[in-house]
Amino acid sequence: MLQIKNLHASVEDKDILKGINLEIKAGEVHAIMGPNGAGKSTLSSIIAGNENYEVSEGEILLEGEDISELAPEERAHKGVFLSFQYPVEIPGVSVTNFIKTAINESRKARGEEDMPANEMLKMIREKSELLEMDRKFLSRSLNEGFSGGEKKRNEIFQMAMLEPKLAILDETDSGLDIDALRIVANGVNKLKNENNAVLVITHYQRLLDYIIPDFVHVLMDGKIVKSGDASLALELEEKGYDWIKAEIQ
Amino acid sequence: MELKEKILSSFMAFEEKIADVNSDLHDLRISAIKNFENKGFPTKKEEAWKYTSLNAILKNDFSVFPKKENTIDFADVKKYFLNDVDTYKVVFVDGKFSSYLSSTTHDGLDVCLMSSALDKPKYKTYIDEYFNKIANTEDSLTSLNTAFSQEGAYVNIPKNKIVDKPIEILYFSTGSEVALMTQPRNLVIVGENAQVQIVERHQSLNENPVLTNSVTEIFAQKRAMVDYYKIQNDLQTANLIDNTYIAQKQDSYVSVHTFSFGGNITRNNLNFYHQGEHINSTLKGITIIGDKQHVDHYTLVQHATPNCESHQNYKTILDGSATGVFNGKIFVEKEAQKTDAFQQNNNILLSDKATINAKPQLEIFADDVKCSHGCTIGQLDETAMFYMQQRGIGKKEAKALLMYAFTSEVTNSVKIPELRAKIARIIADKLGVNMGFDI
Repeated sequence: MLQIKNLHASVEDKDILKGINLEIKAGEVHAIMGPNGAGKSTLSSIIAGNENYEVSEGEILLEGEDISELAPEERAHKGVFLSFQYPVEIPGVSVTNFIKTAINESRKARGEEDMPANEMLKMIREKSELLEMDRKFLSRSLNEGFSGGEKKRNEIFQMAMLEPKLAILDETDSGLDIDALRIVANGVNKLKNENNAVLVITHYQRLLDYIIPDFVHVLMDGKIVKSGDASLALELEEKGYDWIKAEIQ
Repeated sequence: MELKEKILSSFMAFEEKIADVNSDLHDLRISAIKNFENKGFPTKKEEAWKYTSLNAILKNDFSVFPKKENTIDFADVKKYFLNDVDTYKVVFVDGKFSSYLSSTTHDGLDVCLMSSALDKPKYKTYIDEYFNKIANTEDSLTSLNTAFSQEGAYVNIPKNKIVDKPIEILYFSTGSEVALMTQPRNLVIVGENAQVQIVERHQSLNENPVLTNSVTEIFAQKRAMVDYYKIQNDLQTANLIDNTYIAQKQDSYVSVHTFSFGGNITRNNLNFYHQGEHINSTLKGITIIGDKQHVDHYTLVQHATPNCESHQNYKTILDGSATGVFNGKIFVEKEAQKTDAFQQNNNILLSDKATINAKPQLEIFADDVKCSHGCTIGQLDETAMFYMQQRGIGKKEAKALLMYAFTSEVTNSVKIPELRAKIARIIADKLGVNMGFDI
């Protein structure tokens, strides 16, 4: 599904990623953990195509195709989804209208007709129920005045609607109380199947109690310094990151 | 001959043609033309006109009177009306009333012509009481309009009348003259507890230059509610100087929305005067222009009485070499305690060559008031762009959606649904996109 080879990236001449190698196969859940400032959010932004970062070396392959030169919307059309740590507020554009536009733009890019209105409504109903969202929520302006939990739930709702191949969840657990965390994780688990993949970026182990990863990677100072299975996350939770630093040195 | 000289000599001819029933009117015109003669057209030397120069447009050889009456087919101008809703209509073609395109009334309210109101004795008491009573007699352009004022819309809503449908006031220029200058004059009187919605539009139908110097006086009596919408989406050769004066009595509410989407030079002088307590004045605007277009909003809210509030919210998006001005003056007199005055002005520049001059001006002489203003100038939010692109929305559409979102605070407060839809369509059109949904 996703292959990242020797990825180097910088912003304003500051090197942030210093040679990332990562392979995620269809059907897998990977987690990237690491201390603050390790480059976790940068990595997710770069996979999604944020033009503020300069990729100086390396490749990002999605199903074998190099996407590192594509615009963010082109990557989205190919099935990359990034759930934002801080979703943006767009006043005057309702959740429903925004998702309609997003879906139909992707369909247009793939040479398909707009999704018929009744089909769209049915899908919106199903997916919003999956995330236990209030119907009134859908007619509100996108993210405007939403609580932290509502914003994250809305991100996963959009993910459910767009049905991506690769979903990257960037610090989706931050700002969530335990009920919201359960709903969001439950949503992700239901959407998960053998044809898609999930990359969870997180600082804490908490979310990984609900979304069980097949692989856990530790990102430090722009490099993946250690990989393991779900038990690695528990070990990090217990011991922090210092022991890994010591191990590297 | 310079335009000013031409205007002065035309005034003599104009006066001869007019038989004023009301001799006070005659005196009014004479003193108005004298004021214009003394002051002439404003120049950039005047503080109020620092950022707007009329020099280039005044070089046109404007006719002061249209030579002939022109007619237009409804089919050709249908799109400028509010189509999906029934309205009263007062329509002018090259400054002359078009009965064919209009739909006036005297049934329970007056929606008719200024010329009738000025000429017919039965309106004399209203004209004596209201005409030119709040228009600034010191202002040279207002005086110029007063001197030539003859045609425009006359709206008089009696006490307790809630007008059942919006009133549209439309001025078309056919371009049959090489260059035409018009002086429309509107008078709107809204009685106690009465409510009305009015839409005003000026539209050129071809590219011969037009200079419109319009004056509108609005009187809102106790507890009256008035929503006034101005649509300025004219051709690149059209120039508009809009002078609007509003007097409000106790507990009244008046909102003016100004949508400036086109034209060469557009200047909006919008003045609110308070004459009672618990008044609400709302001034909102959206400006979206490009090329070398210029829009100048010059607002004044004169808080003269206690316990009143005013809200201003102006959004501007400039592209190309367009220039925008927002000068918002809030004046709080010593007696106007407990005033709540708010002013917000947000601007987005899409091009390096676009310029905005934003100037909040608060003069406060009372000591127990709440006055605040906020002004921002920026580019489109890159994080928001990335967010939308990440969801598969192309750059152009994402940009348009963001700009739409930026203006939505103002569009959302338009109370006529058909107008709100029309404004949204114009915005989408300006931004060159099909939003894919009704906004």
